[in-house]
Amino acid sequence: MDPSGATVRIKEAGFPAPFLSELEFNSPVHGNWNIVHTGMLLPDSIQIYVCADNCMRGVVLTAAEMNAADRFSFVILREENLLNDNLEEITIEGVSDVLQKRKDHPRAVLVFTVCLHHFLGCDLDRVYEELERRFPDTFFVRCYMDPIMQKAGLTPEQKLRKAIYDALVPGREVTRSAAVLGSDFALDDTSDIRRLLSKNGYMLAELPGCKSWEEYLQLSRSRLFLCTYPAGQYGAGKQAERLSKEYLYLPSCFGYEEIAGYLKQLTEVLELAPLDIEAEIAACEAALHQAREVISDTVIVLDSLLHPRPLGLARLLISHGFSVRTVYLDGISREEQEDFDWLSQHAPDLELAATIQVKMRILPRTHSEKILALGQKAAWFNQTGYFVNMVQGAGLWGFDGIRCLCSLMIEACEEEKDTRDLVVRKGWGCESCI
Amino acid sequence: MRQSYRRIPVYTADVSGVCAALFELGGMTVMHDPSGCNSTYNTHDEIRWYDQDSLIFISGLSEMDAIMGNDEKLIHDTVKAARELHPAFIALANSPIPYMNGTDFPAIADIVQQETGIPSFAVATNGMHDYVCGVGRALAKIAELFTDPDAVCNNPRTVNLLGVTPLDFGPLSHVSRMKEVLEAYGWTVLSVWAMGDTRDTLKRAGEAAVNLVVSLSGLMAAEVLFEKFGTPYVIGTPIGGFTARLSAAMERAVKTKKSETAYRVCDRETSVPAYSGGEVTVIGEPVLSESLAAAIRLKVENPVRVLNPLEQGSAFLLPGDRTALGEEEMEAQLKGSQIIVADPLYRSICPQNAKFYALPHIAFSGRIFLKELPVFADLL
Repeated sequence: MDPSGATVRIKEAGFPAPFLSELEFNSPVHGNWNIVHTGMLLPDSIQIYVCADNCMRGVVLTAAEMNAADRFSFVILREENLLNDNLEEITIEGVSDVLQKRKDHPRAVLVFTVCLHHFLGCDLDRVYEELERRFPDTFFVRCYMDPIMQKAGLTPEQKLRKAIYDALVPGREVTRSAAVLGSDFALDDTSDIRRLLSKNGYMLAELPGCKSWEEYLQLSRSRLFLCTYPAGQYGAGKQAERLSKEYLYLPSCFGYEEIAGYLKQLTEVLELAPLDIEAEIAACEAALHQAREVISDTVIVLDSLLHPRPLGLARLLISHGFSVRTVYLDGISREEQEDFDWLSQHAPDLELAATIQVKMRILPRTHSEKILALGQKAAWFNQTGYFVNMVQGAGLWGFDGIRCLCSLMIEACEEEKDTRDLVVRKGWGCESCI
Repeated sequence: MRQSYRRIPVYTADVSGVCAALFELGGMTVMHDPSGCNSTYNTHDEIRWYDQDSLIFISGLSEMDAIMGNDEKLIHDTVKAARELHPAFIALANSPIPYMNGTDFPAIADIVQQETGIPSFAVATNGMHDYVCGVGRALAKIAELFTDPDAVCNNPRTVNLLGVTPLDFGPLSHVSRMKEVLEAYGWTVLSVWAMGDTRDTLKRAGEAAVNLVVSLSGLMAAEVLFEKFGTPYVIGTPIGGFTARLSAAMERAVKTKKSETAYRVCDRETSVPAYSGGEVTVIGEPVLSESLAAAIRLKVENPVRVLNPLEQGSAFLLPGDRTALGEEEMEAQLKGSQIIVADPLYRSICPQNAKFYALPHIAFSGRIFLKELPVFADLL
């Protein structure tokens, strides 16, 4: 089959949309976090969804597979609710019924309304006003599962990464503290940001590390809000504005200059003693050299599920002599414009491959040569067991992130994994009972 | 409130049912949906997704296209994909928003067929009903459109199995075992709707002497095949000792040309006292559960009650058995039950002192208990 439309050489690719928006295929790779996984980060909370059967099944079984069914309830919408009732009433009464029947008293309830609420003009303000009146001790987090909106506006996950911090209130500030908002994974202890803050006596708080509601509320006592994950940028910015916090967006990336620039910003805002950038870069060069020695000319393929900066990673690897053949992505972040331009010029034959184009269902996935995949989708599309099993950048950040990734690449190249068992599990890093 | 759930999930919805029914038949199925339907289907409802390529896609419906009634994009994208992938047929399935908008799917299917020359049809779904509805309607379409009208039956021991998807029966190896069990009774299985056989095999369904509706999902196709070929059907699933009764019912149907519900006849022929509160309760798909109940009665002569959790199927329950929709109603029905046979995710709403036998069901718990799925044919 002619792969055109599903793959393209980077020098011929459009930016930021290298592929047309058409029918969509969904691969059997499920390590990405969805709104259920992210919502579960909020301690002492439960989630209640109000939607139709088909939409419900995906989320309720997500919760069950992560052994969190006890924190998940729902209200099913029937045809008659659309035709004869009003959605305000069914939503209010359904959520109330669930809360009255539950024996626990969660501090917060994430109520997820859906496309149907939007299209039928449901008065969500009235819904929440009434719920707050009936359950005054509970904080209702306004969440959305409305993917129909995501092509022209914010995605459900972007909205959730704001709403999940709505319960924070202004508090007495702890001077030497910062908080990361918007991420699913806590930054690694060795990450540049953690090391820099720790070296200067700063504490760093993050939602994934919060074990209780009280600990969660402490996030707003931080002097500075940070965001390192693109999907969290909108929410973190809004919360910083609402709570009058200093705020920095320091996305995880792979360019030495860009990383150094972000560290400089952080250093200046908090007036910190800086890291030794030259030593950091030298250590990265050594790590990349070591990885190159082991991996040699093994073909590398990588995907945008591994890390939100796949082109930046491809650029780093190609500029250090690695044989990168394909990057799997469906769109290109504006943050990667410079990397896209660089690759178009210096690696014009680099292949970009879609993951959702229909042809990807049947294009050949097996190869005779050994392939090292960086990411679950790259692994599945190439049927290789040699892969780095990580999603969404995990807790990697900065120069340390580059070095960690080098170690993971070496390990992946030397030890074959059970791709079939690993990539189908939902929410990499969460419990999985399958 | 009947619509609120605290602890148990919902069953697979109609949209996934359509996809599961058509998965192996060489067509292309398009779910008109923004996102999520495909992921839900291939993650939780479709155990073949990793290993078998099937052309099942979503349209990626956007807010603006929904508001403006831009059906042209769905038509264009479907036609383009069909021209590239050359499916044997095209099926369109609906989801809540296009349903609410009143999108005219049969008309869209007609246009797609005119533009591609590929047989195209819509299966009426909206994501608000359970899988039985979706599987049933999809298989009925196959029976209507793709079976050879000139087929003739030449062998009175031939049978088609209708209503077979992984949602109820698990992997193909379990289905093969069901075929073997029937073959041991002297039956030749011509086709299985729709696992393990191609569309060409299903095309010859009119050659069978009888159709066996092994789950409620096969009933609509059975009715179409009866109308088209006069083939009688028997309702029941081969399970343990009940298989002999089922085979006898199939023989009767071949002889009399009359359809029957095998476990109903079996119930009349046995002298087990009626369920009186307590004893064995089976929760599940009505045909499978009634067949299992019949096998239990034959084996241990115990009263057994079936609780049907699906919208359809009340008419196929034995007297005393009930449909219980939703968590609240099911929990109320289970009060006082002593022995319960059900999917493990029901355990949380069962009485604590009840003895529980796990009977995993993909259409309920998805892939969670995949490794523990029963081979129905070998139960009891």
